[in-house]
Amino acid sequence: MPDELYGEILLDHYRFPRRFGTLPEPTVRIEGKNPLCGDEFSIDLEFEGGMLKGIRFTGRGCAISMASASMMSELVEGKSLAEVQEWIERFKNFLRDGGTSPDDVDMGDLQSLAGVAQLPARIKCVLIAWTTLEEGIHMHSKS
Amino acid sequence: MNNHSTVSKTKRIREDFPILKTLIHGRPLVYLDNAATSQRPSQVLEAYCSFSRSHNANVHRGIYSLAEQATDDYEQARSKVRDFIGAPSSEGIVFTRGTTEAVNLVAYSYARKFLKRGDIIVLSVTEHHANLVPWQLAAKSTGAELRFWPMKPDGTLDMSAATDLLRPPVKIVALTHVSNVLGTINPVKEITTLAHKIGAKVLLDGAQAVPHLPVNVAEIGCDFYAFSGHKMCGPTGIGVLWGREEWLEEMDPFLTGGEMIREVSLDSATWNDIPYKFEAGTPPIAEAVALGAAMDYLNAIGMDWIREHDQELVEQAMMLLSSEEGVQIYGPKENHAALVSFNVEGVPPHDLATLLDRDGVAVRAGQQCAQPLMHWLGVPATARASFYLYNLPEEIDRLLEGIRKAKEIFCYAR
Repeated sequence: MPDELYGEILLDHYRFPRRFGTLPEPTVRIEGKNPLCGDEFSIDLEFEGGMLKGIRFTGRGCAISMASASMMSELVEGKSLAEVQEWIERFKNFLRDGGTSPDDVDMGDLQSLAGVAQLPARIKCVLIAWTTLEEGIHMHSKS
Repeated sequence: MNNHSTVSKTKRIREDFPILKTLIHGRPLVYLDNAATSQRPSQVLEAYCSFSRSHNANVHRGIYSLAEQATDDYEQARSKVRDFIGAPSSEGIVFTRGTTEAVNLVAYSYARKFLKRGDIIVLSVTEHHANLVPWQLAAKSTGAELRFWPMKPDGTLDMSAATDLLRPPVKIVALTHVSNVLGTINPVKEITTLAHKIGAKVLLDGAQAVPHLPVNVAEIGCDFYAFSGHKMCGPTGIGVLWGREEWLEEMDPFLTGGEMIREVSLDSATWNDIPYKFEAGTPPIAEAVALGAAMDYLNAIGMDWIREHDQELVEQAMMLLSSEEGVQIYGPKENHAALVSFNVEGVPPHDLATLLDRDGVAVRAGQQCAQPLMHWLGVPATARASFYLYNLPEEIDRLLEGIRKAKEIFCYAR
């Protein structure tokens, strides 16, 4: 039985989250919590030069927060910090604009999260990994 | 519940609730979040509007006719509350914004005045944050300590622990009457008797009890009882603290300002009589009147009928959910209030709630303002279906249908 939101891509990331685990020597380890839902994530980041060389996450959450964390981690690993930040902004805009993006941008698997833009109560779920990542980058750039 | 006359009574009741005709995503609303807030019948809406249309003025102030009328209406609502919960007099009925404010009032005005370092406040891990956090702060500012009533695995209080637990210097026992997550109905009369033996005061959080069970505070014998209007067909923004007059007299005010004072000079003031001492500022007048109408409405239906109706629904829900593969339900198997918390294996509760909403079924998902209880249960969150007088057995079928659909999407959609 197909569902417009809980489609194959989202459920695949939920069941088999990519980059799930920890890094042996993370530059930054940061926790993100949504206490009202019970979502809890810990993200390990390894920076090298201006690059996000490695990212792993652990934790538990709903399908939307898990899938979003998985897609994000897969997408941003190996990208420059500027590119990562660009993607954070792009994803936030994508949600703000009702799950649409400018024509020339391929959102990849993230496109499967478009439906969440229509569910204000779930925005926190879909963003928790992203805001945690953002905070991690911020911590790194301050240190 | 298959009793035809009960169902037809429920169907008649549903006619009083305009919102139940709403379509959600094209399907009739199945409202199963009554423990969060209940819906309002036309009679209550009309009482609110009619007061606003023809009787509105500030209370206890004006000498003109309209103000007298408004004051009468407001005080009549207080009398209705008194009768509804079997309080000995109207003086012990304090209108608040809700249960939260009522508990905070006691935690400030009673606890901060009478507790001292080393005193003990007894709570349980099932408490809603509203009956936990105010006591944490009261303990912090007085040097008192919190103790938690041991639980049995089924989510009931372990009454055999009472003798060990209830010893001096326990000064306050603050417990929920009915758990908003587990549906446990605590033996509040027995607890009160035990607590009084050592001179401790008892506050009961009745937010989930007063809407669903016949409650009589005189019979329970407790010292304070708190509840909200919006979970019992009334409006938001109105609730009640009932307190024994002798304690209310001894307590200091909570909020200060107009109405609660007698004489004011530039550097001091004296307090009005109870209950007005605790009703600073303009109260929610129309809301109080509408709460009175909600009590009239519930009385006309009959609290005994509501309890029976609730029980039939919750028993059916627990039976169907517990026999459904992959569904785990929480709380005691018997004597369960009108709600059931559960989890569906492999379907996180928030996703379940989103999927149920597609079919018009409204349930709660999350920690339900009881994070310590979630830790105790060992789950990050739960879903919860809660029932009220207008719910029908067929709505439980809609819930079950939605759960099966969610299971299918999550388990077999490859």
